[in-house]
Amino acid sequence: MRINCPICGDRDRREFYYQGAAVALDRPAPDAAETSWDDYVHLRDNPAGPTRELWHHEGGCSAWVVVARDTVSHEIFDVVLAVDAKTRGATA
Amino acid sequence: MRVAGKGLIDRTKPVRFTFDGKSYGGFQGDTVASALLANEVRLMARSFKYHRPRGVLTAGSEEPNALMTAGVGAQAEPNVRATTQEIYEGLKMRSQNAFPSLAFDLMAINDLAAPFLGAGFYYKTFMWPRRFWEALYEPVIRRAAGLGGLSGKSNPDPYEKAFAFCDLLVIGGGPTGLMAALTAARSGADVIIADEDTRLGGRLLAEVETVGHKAGHAWAAEVAAELDGMDNVRIMTRTTVTGAYDGGMYAALERVNHHRPRRDSITPLECFWRIHAKQTVLAAGAQERPIAFQNNDRPGIMTAGAVRAYLNRWGVAPGKHVTVFANNDDAHRTARDMAAAGVHVAAVIDSRHDTDVGNTPYRVFKGAQVCGSGGRKELESIQIRTTTGMEAIQTDCLAVSGGWNPAVHLTCHMNGRPTWRADIQAFVPSEGAVPGMIPAGACNGVFSTSGCLASGVEAATKALAALDRKVALVELPDADDVPYKMTPLWAVAGKGRAWLDFQNDVSVKDIKQAAQENFRSVEHMKRYTTQGMATDQGKSSNVASLAILADATGRGIPETGTTTFRPPYTPVSIAAMGAGAQGKGFAPQRFTTSHEQSVQMGAPMIEAGLWYRPSYFPRDSEKHWRQSCDREVGYVRGTVGVCDVSTLGKIDIQGQDAAALLDFVYTNMFSTLKVGRVRYGLMLREDGFVMDDGTCARLGDTHFVMTTTTAAAGAVMRHLEFVTQCLHPEWQVSFTSVTEQWAQFAVAGPKSRDLLNGLLKDRIGDERWPFMACGPVSVAGVAGRLFRISFSGEHAYEIAVPSRYGASLFAELVKRAEAMEGGAYGMEALNVLRIEKGHITHSEIHGRTTAFDIGMARMVSAKKDCVGKTMAARPGLVEEDRERLVGLRPVGDVKALNAGAHLFAHKADAVRQNDQGYVTSVAFSPSLQSMIGLGFLKGGLAREGEIIRAVDHLRGYDTELEVCSPVFVDPEGERVRG
Repeated sequence: MRINCPICGDRDRREFYYQGAAVALDRPAPDAAETSWDDYVHLRDNPAGPTRELWHHEGGCSAWVVVARDTVSHEIFDVVLAVDAKTRGATA
Repeated sequence: MRVAGKGLIDRTKPVRFTFDGKSYGGFQGDTVASALLANEVRLMARSFKYHRPRGVLTAGSEEPNALMTAGVGAQAEPNVRATTQEIYEGLKMRSQNAFPSLAFDLMAINDLAAPFLGAGFYYKTFMWPRRFWEALYEPVIRRAAGLGGLSGKSNPDPYEKAFAFCDLLVIGGGPTGLMAALTAARSGADVIIADEDTRLGGRLLAEVETVGHKAGHAWAAEVAAELDGMDNVRIMTRTTVTGAYDGGMYAALERVNHHRPRRDSITPLECFWRIHAKQTVLAAGAQERPIAFQNNDRPGIMTAGAVRAYLNRWGVAPGKHVTVFANNDDAHRTARDMAAAGVHVAAVIDSRHDTDVGNTPYRVFKGAQVCGSGGRKELESIQIRTTTGMEAIQTDCLAVSGGWNPAVHLTCHMNGRPTWRADIQAFVPSEGAVPGMIPAGACNGVFSTSGCLASGVEAATKALAALDRKVALVELPDADDVPYKMTPLWAVAGKGRAWLDFQNDVSVKDIKQAAQENFRSVEHMKRYTTQGMATDQGKSSNVASLAILADATGRGIPETGTTTFRPPYTPVSIAAMGAGAQGKGFAPQRFTTSHEQSVQMGAPMIEAGLWYRPSYFPRDSEKHWRQSCDREVGYVRGTVGVCDVSTLGKIDIQGQDAAALLDFVYTNMFSTLKVGRVRYGLMLREDGFVMDDGTCARLGDTHFVMTTTTAAAGAVMRHLEFVTQCLHPEWQVSFTSVTEQWAQFAVAGPKSRDLLNGLLKDRIGDERWPFMACGPVSVAGVAGRLFRISFSGEHAYEIAVPSRYGASLFAELVKRAEAMEGGAYGMEALNVLRIEKGHITHSEIHGRTTAFDIGMARMVSAKKDCVGKTMAARPGLVEEDRERLVGLRPVGDVKALNAGAHLFAHKADAVRQNDQGYVTSVAFSPSLQSMIGLGFLKGGLAREGEIIRAVDHLRGYDTELEVCSPVFVDPEGERVRG
């Protein structure tokens, strides 16, 4: 598997650290409801199909990237910097 | 028997090798199989289960029978296929799975017991008594069955792994692959062409046919030479592509040095490649399948294509009186080639009534079948059933062909299921089974040479289109275009055992029995009979077994389906996949600047993550590590000790939002920290549990240096990146690891200041340098940093200099400490000192403890948000009776204390239901002259003074403990400020 880092280009997945669902980008406010925090920290979907995940280019440029891929076909649709995803607010 | 004038071997280069101790001759270019056949050795192995005599079945990597052990001693390699091992001077081959010898194998008695050893016998036969299974049956069965064994010695051979990249990967160097590679290469694409054989050409090397008006192998050599001369082409022979993976990744095993005597310890034996290809042409060819009939496994019975290969490629006639048994036209070439080479062809038995072969110099039986074979350890005769009756024919080599199976394996590695094609009675790859991979030629069901050449060009053209490249014109050479005609025949009806899977000894009867016992699903049949589960993965038996299962269950073959092909295509040694990771190569080693001196001082080095740190610095008079450790603790408590603490993570943080970042990642406040001061900080994970701790120094208004624990340095760095990129990209802050850039040493003890004052340009005193002060200093003319911090609880400093000065500073510090009756201390003493002070490490913050648990609830600032704050406040995480940090001291008769022991109420039964906590860290405290420990106990310090019980079931200790404060030494903290 290879991930096209927006900064470094196409790289072997062994250079990346896998975090989990891109849900982690949307940290609730400190006083948000318990359920929001529960969702944020613990609850994860386990989709057979498209997912959005956070990977860290630890063996490269240190960028956190949002990888949109399919867990069934393993196809990678899109890789964007987490900074950009966050700034655009496009985390849905 | 060699045949004059045939073969691509180099007859000017004779080679000698041994098989089972006997010396044989061959030529450069021979495999073990071809050379043994040339010497008329047909018995090469014993079968897995019944120890039946076996010879070679094929001429390629799909070989199920002729497995041997190559080499001797630690370099011995079991289960090497005689068909792929090239001979070289001095090569030693041994037969395996036979005792006392290959010719006289006592375990052949299994064959007589065969009626009791059929499919699933171990599920039925060895059921009672139950305890006999592990004690008796399994060991006996394991000894009797099996293939070659490992030497049991450490493997001294070097292995390598490597990456390669290309526009187009061509898998297979036969006519299809050559044309695909040539087309792509002339079009300017970066091409890798890989083939498991020693040279390119594939089936052209084994056939008598012309391509482009010249001999097929000569044409192949010309194309190979052209490719070899191009900068954009890499030819990888002796390289098997073993797996197809996501994103155009392929695994390949290159046998670099198996064909030469091992001369050095540098040239790798094998190289494991990871190849990234933008496009791939699969030109893996096809494998011939045998036909099952009674005793079809006698040495001398081979696939028809293999017999041709031995003749045409290696100049060997595998027999003097050759017979052919087939259901297709293609196999007749074997008889023609043999006859043309002057070898006697005794008969051709064609199962089809309507076959038309014209006039032949040998007998052809149409509509006939071979229904049995005779001979002791090798083939002597066959029985055939003709349209008129039974007949026996004397023969020492029977060439069998039941048709060809496209090598679809790699197309199934990503879950693709092959498609059944009735016209060729075989599976072909399904469209798009592996993204970016285009199957072509024989592996796609194209069986004529002419068709393969065109298919190669077509596939390359498709690949080039996907690569957005213009296609250079490549002329198709003339070649045979003989149609492939066959009528299915999987097994000849009759009694006795007709073998399908030669390597696992699975017969037609076993498959039928599986169906009868309701193991009708192909996957169940496979597991019940073990068909296809040997090292050859059933390459020569899968399709026939499916056909028989389909027949037995009254279904068609497409409905029956296939089992799943998984990587690797051929066996890959673990040593190749793990190349570079043997011994110290398993993990990188990180050394501090004081490493050399520590080793010189005799310190045993222990691993701390990837780092190596000194345990203790022994003196000649000391016989036990505890003596050294106690002495070193004494330095710090009495005079001064020096310890390298460079392994702690150091992160330099700068920017106008640096303080905001620290406020957010630490539980306590850092924005209020004054320049020139250090603060201890606690870091949580977002789920509220402690992640790490450390100190953070403010060197300037917008400049901090954070330290992390040695173990968590990487995780903390990743966390900071996460926070600043994923949660707060708006912050203006940059940071970088400076762990490697600074060498840092703890100078601890009542005389630490005196020591430093002899070394620093400006003397330090309490006014400018109180506890938790930091700032720049000049150390012997070098700009360094000084931090007045203490892990030991003593008056202590950490002094940092650029790494290049680390070794000399350490030497100087140790020398000065020794002059003050102190010295260097190691990890053991460091651990004792911190336990005496109740300081935590990752033994305590092990991922399941909160700030509340370790008595630091007050460090979570109420004035600001931080990572983990909300979740740490969950009711369950702040309950009074949670297991919380306490000090522990043995007070009963047993003075021992072990980390890992569990805690119970005094006199309570030491059972899980009564568990109240556990011990995390222990040490013998020279200061208290007692064992002391830290642990987590329900209710924590509320139980101070209580006597409890600690039981270590593993080591058999049962100790009475008193619950006490975790700070054993200087609880008022006076020394640290002194």
